[in-house]
Amino acid sequence: MIKVKYFGMLTEITHCSEEQLAFSGTTVEELLKVIVTKHPGLKSLNFQVAQNNDIVDLTAKVNADLIALLPPFAGG
Amino acid sequence: MKTHKPKKVFIDGAISSEFIANAIAKHQSKTSIGAHNIFLGQVRADNIDGKIVSAIEYTAYEEMANDKFHEIREAAFEKFDLTCMHIYHSLGIVKTGEICLFVFVSAPRRKVVFKAIEFLVEEIKAKAPIFGKEIFEDETHQWKVNS
Repeated sequence: MIKVKYFGMLTEITHCSEEQLAFSGTTVEELLKVIVTKHPGLKSLNFQVAQNNDIVDLTAKVNADLIALLPPFAGG
Repeated sequence: MKTHKPKKVFIDGAISSEFIANAIAKHQSKTSIGAHNIFLGQVRADNIDGKIVSAIEYTAYEEMANDKFHEIREAAFEKFDLTCMHIYHSLGIVKTGEICLFVFVSAPRRKVVFKAIEFLVEEIKAKAPIFGKEIFEDETHQWKVNS
């Protein structure tokens, strides 16, 4: 199981700010497939993935028990 | 490399002018400082397809944002000869005309404070995972994206 957090506009699709998902794969790309299968509406949105408080790319290995999906930043 | 303690950045609601004035006053005892520079981000009443923004509701991935603010501070101390640096950002509702970002740098001499403030503001906008819901006067909303 892995905990996935959602922020901003993404929560309007997922209707939750975090959830536990069953995941037995290796890469961020594989995890995103699981997430998008559950929440198809995310496909049309722009977001980045963070692991251990850093942005990671699709080929990165999932090595944390928490992953965050981040929509475009709007600070300042 | 000097390391500095992580500082509290997030403030609930708008940043008041009293808070900003107090921050300035607290530096009177630091007499090695010869120059301060301040950036204030203010919520703008954008007109989007005829609808006017009345407030922005800020949320953040706070754990990551605090980490990023710490990294940005350390990078600025490394890059510029600064005496001190303060960053505050709002969470929750900030109405148009109110302040949502306060960046304050101080140094012995003036030239670095101009460069440092621009570096800090651009880094914060690009790297801090903060999200903004622009709320219109009719209570509909859209999500802000930094350009």
